[in-house]
Amino acid sequence: MSGWTRHEGLAVALPLENVDTDQLIPARFMSAPRSQGYGSFLLYDLRHRGDGEFFAEFPLNRHPEASVLVSGRNFGCGSSREAAVYALADHGVRVVIAPSFGDIFAANAVNNGLLPARVSEDVVEALMTRLGDDVAETSVDLSAGIIRIAGEDIPLDLEEEKRAKLIDGWDDIDLTRSHAEAITAFADEYRKRTPWAWPAGI
Amino acid sequence: MPAPSTLFDKIWDRHIVVPGANGRALLWVDRHFVHEGSHHAFAKLASRGLKLAEPKLTFGVVDHYVPTQGVLSQASADIRRMVRTVEDNAETYGFTCFGHGDPRQGIVHVIGPEQGLTLPGLIINCGDSHTSTHGAFGAIGFGIGATEVAHVLATQTIWQSRPKRMRITFSGRLGPGVSAKDMALNWIAELGADGAQGHAVEYAGSAVRDLSMEGRMTLCNLSIEGGARFGLVAPDETTFDYLRGRPHAPSGDAFRRAVEDWSRLASDGDADFDRDVTLDASDIAPIVTWGTSPEDALPVTAPVPDPERLPQTKRQRARESLDYMGLVPGRPICGTPIDLVFIGSCTNARIEDLRAAAAVLGGRKAKVPGIVSPGSRSVKAQAEQEGLDRVFRAAGLEWVGSGCSMCVGMNGDTVGEGQRCASTTNRNFKGRQGRGARTHLMSPAMVAAAAVTGEITDVRPLLEGRA
Ligand code: SF4
Repeated sequence: MSGWTRHEGLAVALPLENVDTDQLIPARFMSAPRSQGYGSFLLYDLRHRGDGEFFAEFPLNRHPEASVLVSGRNFGCGSSREAAVYALADHGVRVVIAPSFGDIFAANAVNNGLLPARVSEDVVEALMTRLGDDVAETSVDLSAGIIRIAGEDIPLDLEEEKRAKLIDGWDDIDLTRSHAEAITAFADEYRKRTPWAWPAGI
Repeated sequence: MPAPSTLFDKIWDRHIVVPGANGRALLWVDRHFVHEGSHHAFAKLASRGLKLAEPKLTFGVVDHYVPTQGVLSQASADIRRMVRTVEDNAETYGFTCFGHGDPRQGIVHVIGPEQGLTLPGLIINCGDSHTSTHGAFGAIGFGIGATEVAHVLATQTIWQSRPKRMRITFSGRLGPGVSAKDMALNWIAELGADGAQGHAVEYAGSAVRDLSMEGRMTLCNLSIEGGARFGLVAPDETTFDYLRGRPHAPSGDAFRRAVEDWSRLASDGDADFDRDVTLDASDIAPIVTWGTSPEDALPVTAPVPDPERLPQTKRQRARESLDYMGLVPGRPICGTPIDLVFIGSCTNARIEDLRAAAAVLGGRKAKVPGIVSPGSRSVKAQAEQEGLDRVFRAAGLEWVGSGCSMCVGMNGDTVGEGQRCASTTNRNFKGRQGRGARTHLMSPAMVAAAAVTGEITDVRPLLEGRA
């Protein structure tokens, strides 16, 4: 994954709370390989009628070009399915702004270059009112920690390691493998200390 | 004297391989469970040509897609491929797999403990949010995404930031007909579906100590529905009794030494919690959900909430939830007719759950159809030995194989559009059990009561005069 520092795009409001991972991607789509692209599965049952036709008025159908979502509290709660993030990312979403996020979702997001931007409930509400059914120009600057949306600056509340990871596009596996010796040393010492921690009979 | 510490911190500190900045650390992982959904992680591994760091600490299960009715060879090509992929990966990478024909097969969070793989003091990962279940043993169990799964496979470690600590104490004792499921839904309703976000929750108090391991697993399982990635209960005699003699638990002298170590795994009396919440277990009634988030839960004796009486910020979502659920504000939730029942899932499909449901169903007929899917093939065998299968069958319910089944519907066991299901599962999200499905979460005993009356019912009167 490649990192990024600045993003410019259009923001759209998705005025819902608790947008859970089952809504972000219904389970029936998750057996597909990633190479197939997950964008069309995003919020499938909210975006489509039973017969597969689009709901024309759904925000993301009105503005499929939007790359910034503004949503209610507890976005991405529920399952650990990283496919929820794939669906957002493959649809072109780079930033989700919400008052709070599911813990696992937020970790998955950052691992895929998607920014979970935590912003206070009041600010989100004001943003939603302001956006209404429309879109607004938005720019996000990770190093400055600022989101500029419809001409207004909002400070970004983001843990340092998440910021660094988004910017560097880090792959933890490489980072961790550089600690290979420490891991081996730990495992040896740990095994002496807690022999019961290894499964019997395997 | 070391500074007072919580149970969570004691386990965390033992596992730090490399300390990082801001409470972040590289942690050793003792057990890693993979399932059909882990295919993305294996694809990542293969694309980089990496091997498994510790195949002996990796365990495969088939649960999410596995058919619970009929045989695998007759399932759809997609389902067969998903199941086969786990089994093939186990071959290729050399890890133990509880595959589809294995007598130990079942839902990952049921069989980990059952096989004695889940032990106190361990760090346990799985690409599944309900990995918090394993915390019932006094372990740190947490769900991870595919990128993290690939990382654990390749390194047997994981980078994590230390969460805040929270303690939920249930004082007093549960009343008859009230269970761990009701305790969990009660605190989630109280604090919200994001009430414990960013926290590891330790459950304490007399009502928690009184719970069996099955009950503790139910309680820890649902932690994630209140936003907590972790839920824990300090190990005690109940824990040790459960583990004694399990296939992969230590035995003989090793077991005695382990117990000595495990007995020290408790929060110190003066340990600091970022949040401390106390609830009285004796106030808890059987709970049912009315909406589309586990926080939308209320005592079965209460009326359906009226959105107009809720705080402004909750109104819109409540209206939408009630609309989706087809409920009328202000009417009692009791008496709402249901279309089917489901008893199963990693939340409530252990032997004790089946016994609780059978205790209500014994000698009675279900007015609606439904399926009972034991959490594992071992649970199924034990239930059959106890004659519970005959109780369910005589009541008119289907007794099927083990897997996630109608909890998530990936294997084709789904609830139809607009149908109302009384379910022992953990998520009443829109479309969770099938597109347009209406899910009411409740305990196994409450689901059994709903089956008997064909509507949402307080189980307590139905238990009178029964053991
Ligand atoms: S039973 Fe349901 S919640 Fe549990 S692991 Fe399976 S799908 Fe997930």
